[in-house]
Amino acid sequence: MITLDNLTKIFNTSMGPVTAADRVCMEVGEGEVCVLLGPSGCGKTTTLKMVNRLIEKTSGKIFVGGRDTDTIDAVELRRTMGYVIQQIGLFPNMTVEENIGVVPRMLGWDSQRIRKRAVELLEMMALSPAVFLRRYPRELSGGQQQRVGVARALAADPPVLIMDEPFGAIDPINREVIQDEFLKMQQTLRKTILFVSHDIDEAVKMADKIAIFRGGKLEQFDSPDNVLAHPANSFIADFVGGDRTLKRLRLLKVRDVLKADAPSVRPDEALETAVRRMHEHDQGHIVVTDADGCPTGCLFLADAVGRHGSAGDHARALPSPVRLDADLRSAVSSMFTHDAEWLPCVDESGAFRGQITQRGITHRLGDTYRAAALTAAVPADEGRPAAPQHFRGAAE
Amino acid sequence: MKTALAARYVPRFIPLPPLLPALAAAALFGLGVLVHATGLVDEMASRWEDIAFLSQQHMELVAISGGLAILCGVPFGILLTRPAVRRMAENAMQVLNIGSTIPTLAILALSMSVLGIGEKPAIFALWAATLLPIVRNTYTGILEVPRHLIEAATGMGMTPLQILLRVEIPNALYVMFAGIRTALAVNVGTVPLAFLIGGGGLGELIFTGIDLNEPGMMLSGAIPTAILAVLTDLVVALVARFVVSRGVMPGDR
Repeated sequence: MITLDNLTKIFNTSMGPVTAADRVCMEVGEGEVCVLLGPSGCGKTTTLKMVNRLIEKTSGKIFVGGRDTDTIDAVELRRTMGYVIQQIGLFPNMTVEENIGVVPRMLGWDSQRIRKRAVELLEMMALSPAVFLRRYPRELSGGQQQRVGVARALAADPPVLIMDEPFGAIDPINREVIQDEFLKMQQTLRKTILFVSHDIDEAVKMADKIAIFRGGKLEQFDSPDNVLAHPANSFIADFVGGDRTLKRLRLLKVRDVLKADAPSVRPDEALETAVRRMHEHDQGHIVVTDADGCPTGCLFLADAVGRHGSAGDHARALPSPVRLDADLRSAVSSMFTHDAEWLPCVDESGAFRGQITQRGITHRLGDTYRAAALTAAVPADEGRPAAPQHFRGAAE
Repeated sequence: MKTALAARYVPRFIPLPPLLPALAAAALFGLGVLVHATGLVDEMASRWEDIAFLSQQHMELVAISGGLAILCGVPFGILLTRPAVRRMAENAMQVLNIGSTIPTLAILALSMSVLGIGEKPAIFALWAATLLPIVRNTYTGILEVPRHLIEAATGMGMTPLQILLRVEIPNALYVMFAGIRTALAVNVGTVPLAFLIGGGGLGELIFTGIDLNEPGMMLSGAIPTAILAVLTDLVVALVARFVVSRGVMPGDR
């Protein structure tokens, strides 16, 4: 959808030429979110602004939807791309409705259609149209303004969104909320999004692809998991942080590491049955579930062996169950909180579906390192630019 | 700390609005009593025809010179903000600033020496005296429109003209109107001087009254001038209320 081919920008400053973007090549597929990441002055914003030609490139090519952007009038090109900036940039002289209607109006929509679209978008942003259509930007909170900013960018339903640190000026709590809303929206809208950020956590959360820049050069262009697991060089390893493996937890869901065949026992079943099942599965505990399949407690092998009675009589309190669609980071956090090596997992109805174990999680996280070690043994692997000596660092 | 601040600010703020009109009404009443006691009301009533005629002439001078100043000053101020001329803009503003330090009376004298006596030199001098605040406020008003708004507008695909008309001017309008208000208030107050070069207006009563040592006559010119200045200001403020978007009007949330 968006292809950058040897994109270069050289600024002529009073201190001589400065290369802000140095032969940047990358390709962002349709419906993908690509986060341009890096420290300030690394060229990410310059690269972004060359795409909608707010900055004219020095050399190289940009293709959007297969068309060379040099062949399109800059003004026309920009109208096909939604643009969101950190300062939001809602026009204070216009109401929310007028702000959303800026691009549609330039495209010649009639006022009724613009109104309809504004209502639709506000509803999508969870802002009541009856309240907000007639408001002016200064009558909105920061979070509301940013929602309207996104709505405005989406107004003419452009296939491409260009976002320059869109959530940078919002307080951390609201930022999380807006990021979540935005991701949910993106799941249905499937826009192709270029997104500048300097926050690795935001990038990991939002991106399908991460492009890391330094000094105008594209240092690594890969999926978030690969950037975290296999940073291409020590700069990237430092940039993504020493806790990068923990950050990968965020990319996984509980269901990804679920051990679905974990045994369970009903409270009225005999202890002997429970012990047998534990032996079968070679584990020291078993989850006790009620008639609805909901976990109510857990029985330990040490409590059961050599005793008699029902499983329910000897059950102990259960570590708090996690949902299948929870992200692994919160699940692991919960494990640490309860000093547990495993947690029972439940589905939306609360029914027991299996368990996750610390071992299972570390095994899953380690997959990629083992695979890389294998392919690294084979020379001339076209794969990732990661150098083997960093694997050890990444796996720590 | 916070409550201490609030305690300090609350009593200052709340009684003011009801107090102000009350004071003004009292002052006006007192003034009325005083004025009536001096026989000024009868004096002015006897000159009513003169006052009406000269007021009309006065306002014509204001309308023509002020109107021309707006017609020239606003486009010129806008022009100075365009990227092509922005390099010279500061110099141009300097020239205007220096020009505005020349006393109006001197400008009147200068314009009389070139254009002779009558309405024409008066209008020219008034125009020159009014121009600066309009140009300056237009210029700074537009420059003060935040850069990120221009960037957002450009990024959304607005042409430079669309940005000027839909973003820059509407957001600068409040400041521009402030300039026009100041300019017209100065204008109304300066018109009496135009009498000195044969321009007419309420100055005729004021200066003749001074010359003849007739305070009644002088005040018959001065009081309507003051009233006209206040009315002009009100009218401009009213127009601004309708023209300037509520989103950029300061103060009323």
